[in-house]
Amino acid sequence: MSRQSATRWRAPVGDRALGGRPARLRRALRRGLAVLCLLAVGALAVACAAAGAAQSTNEPAARPAGPPGARTLTIFAAASLSESFGELGKQFETSHPDVRVSFNFAGSQQLRAQLADGARADVFASANVAEMNNAVAAGSVVSGTQQTFAHNRLIVIFPPDNPARIGSLADLARPGVKLDLADMTVPVGQYALDMLARMSQDPTYGPGFRAGALANVVSLEDSVKSVVAKVSLGEVDAGIVYATDVTGSPARRVGTLQVPDRFNQPATYPIAPLAHAPQPVLAQQFVDFVLSPAGQQVLAGYGFLPGR
Amino acid sequence: MQSWLLIAGGLPLLALLTLPLVSLVLKTPPLAVLASLGDATTRQAIALSLRTSLLTVLVVVLFGTPLAYLLARKRLPGAPLLEVVLDLPTVLPPAVAGLALLMAFGRRGLLGAWLAGLGIQLPFTPLAVVMAQTFVAAPYYIKAAALGLSGVSYELEQAAALDGATPLETFRYVTLRLAWQGIVGGIALCWARALGEFGATIIFAGNLPGRTQTMPLAVYLGFELDLTRALTLAVILLAISFVILVAVRTILRGYSVESEP
Repeated sequence: MSRQSATRWRAPVGDRALGGRPARLRRALRRGLAVLCLLAVGALAVACAAAGAAQSTNEPAARPAGPPGARTLTIFAAASLSESFGELGKQFETSHPDVRVSFNFAGSQQLRAQLADGARADVFASANVAEMNNAVAAGSVVSGTQQTFAHNRLIVIFPPDNPARIGSLADLARPGVKLDLADMTVPVGQYALDMLARMSQDPTYGPGFRAGALANVVSLEDSVKSVVAKVSLGEVDAGIVYATDVTGSPARRVGTLQVPDRFNQPATYPIAPLAHAPQPVLAQQFVDFVLSPAGQQVLAGYGFLPGR
Repeated sequence: MQSWLLIAGGLPLLALLTLPLVSLVLKTPPLAVLASLGDATTRQAIALSLRTSLLTVLVVVLFGTPLAYLLARKRLPGAPLLEVVLDLPTVLPPAVAGLALLMAFGRRGLLGAWLAGLGIQLPFTPLAVVMAQTFVAAPYYIKAAALGLSGVSYELEQAAALDGATPLETFRYVTLRLAWQGIVGGIALCWARALGEFGATIIFAGNLPGRTQTMPLAVYLGFELDLTRALTLAVILLAISFVILVAVRTILRGYSVESEP
């Protein structure tokens, strides 16, 4: 343009319209901060992925990359089998280098429902016979292929500092005690109810024992591990879980109270390869491994009673 | 012609949203729904869900409206931080929310330990259900209400004050009348979210029929025990949510003429 008139108003254009230098600086700072935040999140994601690749919970750290045809064995197992089957899975991978074992641990009732809805898996290990029978009825398991591989017992647990001063089984029915059980749809929940019923028939505890204990129940969890968690957090005064839930993991420091054998009907754990397993040969091999002396030894190490 | 194009573009998502709901209704035997209404556990779950969610809405409206107003006017220097804090419960998984509530109000929690000393126990009570629902549902109301309130011109409020109205009168007769739709929409969202809350509830409040077992919990456990029972509960929950949302929309449309400035 030729002449610049100082008195004539001109509409601000370009940089001046957007606020000039101070506004430019502010916008640049804000953009820089946003980019930094995104980079930080991205770096975190990459770091987690790298750590995960180097140290997967299902694979030994120094395992060489499997051949292109690496097979995956999918096992649906009751939550109470988390630790023991984790170790069995690792041993199975060592003896079968091209196999990767993948677990789904949850309440047996939930697993059976998922299988009935079409979840693809190779092996099903349940914490009670009822859910295995349900799986057979639903067609997930071929009748006759299931075998008992372990037994388990119930135990009463309480937080390490024992806030309710649980000293004997009779305290479970003492008014004011907060008891946590698994829901009756979960195997351990049903076992616990059976145990309380049996104790009510015993003169030591009397007929009102079961009602008294049930009146103390504050929550019914969907998995035995939730009961263990709430007890070790100190949110409840006592819980009824499997004896195997209190072996091993140092994080789960809880006090325990043994339940006499006459009230403690052993929980029966059946295992079976699944009818529509993607890897039927591997599935049968894993079942055989669990039933073998080596497998039984691992289970015994976690507190399970032998299958036979 | 253009709307056909838009519908075609959105059809996959629309199908994903509507097909499961339609399947749910079609796969549930109607007689089973009536039969389950006679079941005590079902009635308990429905009653508890309605009681706790309505209480949650009350709490959120009472304490959330001042926060929404604060956000709308942005007079506070820490407003962006407040916005982020109020957004967090929506982003966090409900299980994380439940765990966090336990760490704060559980028997060994930061505040909970002190309350336990006074004999007050929060976990495993219906109050815990309300707290869990409030934690996850409050941001929905606050955000919607803030949006509605920010649409009210500040000059109008100043004019009302100049004419002699007290702050409360200004809020009631001017601001609320104009922000009405955003607030009611926020209430609907908040109520729906509170009704459907599951993860935080089962961790913080636990699950006990009659005391803390809300409908979502009953559906989750019922699904494993008896599919029909779970389906009937799910259909009832769907029906209640549908009725709430339709009712709110009708109210909003009915009053939209009245609130035109």
